[in-house]
Amino acid sequence: MSTMTLNAGPAAAVGDSTAEQNLVNTKADIKTVGSPFCDDAKLRMRNVNVFYGETQAIHDVSLDIGRNQVVAMIGPSGCGKSTFLRCLNRMNDTIEGCRVEGELSLDGDPIYGAKVDVVPLRARVGMVFQKPNPFPKSIYDNVAYGPKIHGIASRRAELDEIVENSLRRAGLWNEVKDRLDKPGTGLSGGQQQRLCIARAIAVSPEVILMDEPCSALDPIATARIEELIDELRENYTIAIVTHSMQQAARVSQRTAYFHLGKLVEVNDTETVFTNPEHELTEAYITGRFG
Amino acid sequence: MDMHFDQHISRQFNEDLESLKTEMLEMGGLVARQVADAVDALANADSELAEKVLQVEEEIDRCEMELDEHATLIIAKRQPAASDLRMVMSVIRIARDLERMGDEASKIAKMAIALTDEGTAPRGYTEIRHIANAVRKMMNDALDAYTRFDVESALKTLAEDEQVDMDYRSAIRELVTYMMEDPRSISRVMNVLWTLRSLERIGDHAKNICEQVVYLVKGADIRHGNKKNLR
Repeated sequence: MSTMTLNAGPAAAVGDSTAEQNLVNTKADIKTVGSPFCDDAKLRMRNVNVFYGETQAIHDVSLDIGRNQVVAMIGPSGCGKSTFLRCLNRMNDTIEGCRVEGELSLDGDPIYGAKVDVVPLRARVGMVFQKPNPFPKSIYDNVAYGPKIHGIASRRAELDEIVENSLRRAGLWNEVKDRLDKPGTGLSGGQQQRLCIARAIAVSPEVILMDEPCSALDPIATARIEELIDELRENYTIAIVTHSMQQAARVSQRTAYFHLGKLVEVNDTETVFTNPEHELTEAYITGRFG
Repeated sequence: MDMHFDQHISRQFNEDLESLKTEMLEMGGLVARQVADAVDALANADSELAEKVLQVEEEIDRCEMELDEHATLIIAKRQPAASDLRMVMSVIRIARDLERMGDEASKIAKMAIALTDEGTAPRGYTEIRHIANAVRKMMNDALDAYTRFDVESALKTLAEDEQVDMDYRSAIRELVTYMMEDPRSISRVMNVLWTLRSLERIGDHAKNICEQVVYLVKGADIRHGNKKNLR
């Protein structure tokens, strides 16, 4: 039988409750519950550990990201979800003292290893960041830059086509088609973020990583991006880190909950938001502790 | 998983959920009283008590609307998830069952008035008393199981509905035989029949409440005989 504690006086406020004490006691020994693996995995991660110098940021995380699937990663600040996301296209390489262990592969190709060239890897695994960061160039050049340096297109006609297609897919074409030569930085925040998404898809990546792509945007721009994520899923595999639980619930098919560098639960998004398996997941998504 | 609705970071959210549950249980208490009064009014030919039941009915309708409104506000303001969401959903569903139980109580009260007007005590009162006791117990146990988040007791109570259904069917058979033997009694016995029918329906609604206890605590939807959903 379940216990009931409904008559909450001020004394029952968060800090001193036995339930939270129980949660704290279980933290030391967290094993991932749910279904972290899938049959048709685009990205396969096994026993991933990440260290920043002496500090371990990710503890033994194993997870698959399925093809044409949106996986949301949620968890309190500092839980390691962004660190984990950044392992997937080796963005952590740029951080001094950061060490990544474990097996990570993209369609069977190892992501880490002496022989792996990160430049084509990052063309295959694109990224969109929290703050829109267009280059200080024209809208056109922002999108054309990637295809140019990756040698995907050189002729103007080819580039024109890629730019238009990418902007269309990012849902921005109609708003910018008459001012492609204007600076990308002159667009609104939401438009800039969609420009960054257009820039990411211009190099025809297979995977798009998104690190809180909407946290700097207003609700309308956010809704546009969420709509876009759903459309992009047809052609791409997407991993998104978000602080908005509702966003995770809306855009993803699977949700992964991270806590103190450990992967606590991975399940179908429906399950996570209606009947999560792990009590830490339940506590987080219902706002029982921060 | 233990159920705790008092540990949100937002104390206001704790209070909102707590008062939603309290309101629902108060409505449950009111409806239980209505069913008891309606049955007593019938058994004791007390048309005054029956009239009172008909008046209180309006209060129950108001409770249902208030509960719906409060639940809607919680959804709009808090976007509840997991057990919080299940709590809100279960309250909305139970409020509807309670309101219908209230309707059935009113129907019984109307039969009580009709039967009192006719005078003589007809056949079938023993059956009414027997089934009424069973469904009143079911109803109280169901609400009690909700209060304590007690799945085991909810499942036990839920199973009692089968016996009520059996008793109901055998009472109907007996009354039909009686009507065939004495056609003059038909109009009176029909009132008894409708009363039994209402009681049987109240049992069904009590069963629904039990299913919501399971949904709230376990997250499993076992309605319409889907017990297999309970892991």
